Amino acid sequence: MTVVYEDLGDEAGEAVPIRRIRFSINGKKMVAEVEPRLLLSHLIRRGLGLTGTHMGCDTTNCGACTVQVDGRPVKSCTMLAVQVDGREITTVEGLATASELHPLQEGFKEEHGLQCGFCTPGMMMAAKALLDENPDPTEEDVRWALSGNLCRCTGYQNIVKSVLWAAAKLRSESAG
Amino acid sequence: MYPSRFRYEAPRSLDEAIGMLHNGGDYAKVLAGGQSLVPLMKLRFASPELVVDINNVPGLDYHRADPDGTLHVGALCRHVDLEHSELLKTYQPTMAAAAPLIADPIVRNRGTLVGSLCHADPQGDWASVVMALGGSIVAQGPGGRRAIPIAGFVTGPFQNVLEPDEIAVEAVIPAAKGMRAGGYLKLERRVGDFATVGVAVAVETAGESVTRAGIALTGVGGSTIDASAAADALVGRPLTAESIGRAADLAAEAARPRTDHRGSAEYKRHMVRTFVTRILGRIEPAQERAA
Repeated sequence: MTVVYEDLGDEAGEAVPIRRIRFSINGKKMVAEVEPRLLLSHLIRRGLGLTGTHMGCDTTNCGACTVQVDGRPVKSCTMLAVQVDGREITTVEGLATASELHPLQEGFKEEHGLQCGFCTPGMMMAAKALLDENPDPTEEDVRWALSGNLCRCTGYQNIVKSVLWAAAKLRSESAG
Repeated sequence: MYPSRFRYEAPRSLDEAIGMLHNGGDYAKVLAGGQSLVPLMKLRFASPELVVDINNVPGLDYHRADPDGTLHVGALCRHVDLEHSELLKTYQPTMAAAAPLIADPIVRNRGTLVGSLCHADPQGDWASVVMALGGSIVAQGPGGRRAIPIAGFVTGPFQNVLEPDEIAVEAVIPAAKGMRAGGYLKLERRVGDFATVGVAVAVETAGESVTRAGIALTGVGGSTIDASAAADALVGRPLTAESIGRAADLAAEAARPRTDHRGSAEYKRHMVRTFVTRILGRIEPAQERAA
């Protein structure tokens, strides 16, 4: 990983407070050296090269940058990277295996849950947290859980269907 | 967007955190949920030199009631914890109504009630809820702890009375003497938006009669409005259509709304009246609730 920061001459050591953090991302243990002002979203996208997490509004509104920290969805543009020291992060890249899509990803494909796809990773990470907690959600539960994620294309109808599709698939998998 | 450069500390105890603030120079900020502070730092409305992140301080994520019913909400109790709290559903109807209306579900996973009160946004929902309930903030500094009633805690938009080396460690809601009832209603254009109008109503009843009442308003003035005249009009008599109508009129009079993109001043004032009427109208007589 490359760390680039402003050259402040001899005072650099004092003036640029670099901190070493340890965390896991999608099950992989990592160490990073970060400036405290680095946002989690930038650590994920630029530091780790995981560009599935999207930056939408950059103002805590849209939810495109949603990832899970210790199992809870958070807006990664509104958390400092230093704050994940010792924590577990899951991004959209953590959903699928090399050979198989996650049921949520399948659901979005089957039910046409995306058009441009920009909001999709955030939608999936918020939906995953819902399904982890409530495997049999109602449509209202899904709409409630996704109310912090904005989509400008679909009108949400097919996103909700996609999540309900995934919930049914996950239930049938665990029953089988 | 990046915040401007700052020093970052992540203390593991309150004493350590207070020490860091005490020695921290001119401009230090406490970071709890960060759902207001981080956006402000990104927009450079806030550029602290030192950020003291209290998320690693153990034992601050509680909300619990004393045997007498006094409620304590710790500095790291997230909105989501309050949203799912059986304790609030049973004993704190106004807070239970407000918790699911704070921001959006993802923000509620991080944001805290105490942080929201400290942030002192005139549009903040919790401030009117805590004001209607007569709550206070407990601040801890090098000299010990002090309790500050919420009405005296906020001195203006985004300003509070905390000393630079004090941390708001918990919010306290006093015990009810009567049977507690009330609610919070919020008009918002979409989930996560600030309130166009928010109304918090908290009443206590004994038998037929209202023994205590608090009404506070969000989003219809330069700060949270304590509609005390409206609340006083309820005390000492049963809740009737007449007393409810009187309180709703007085609350609408107390509002200081301005016309903006969220609605006209007349509309907002009308919604204050409607919300007060609606919350109080839903309160069932004490005997029926007990049954």
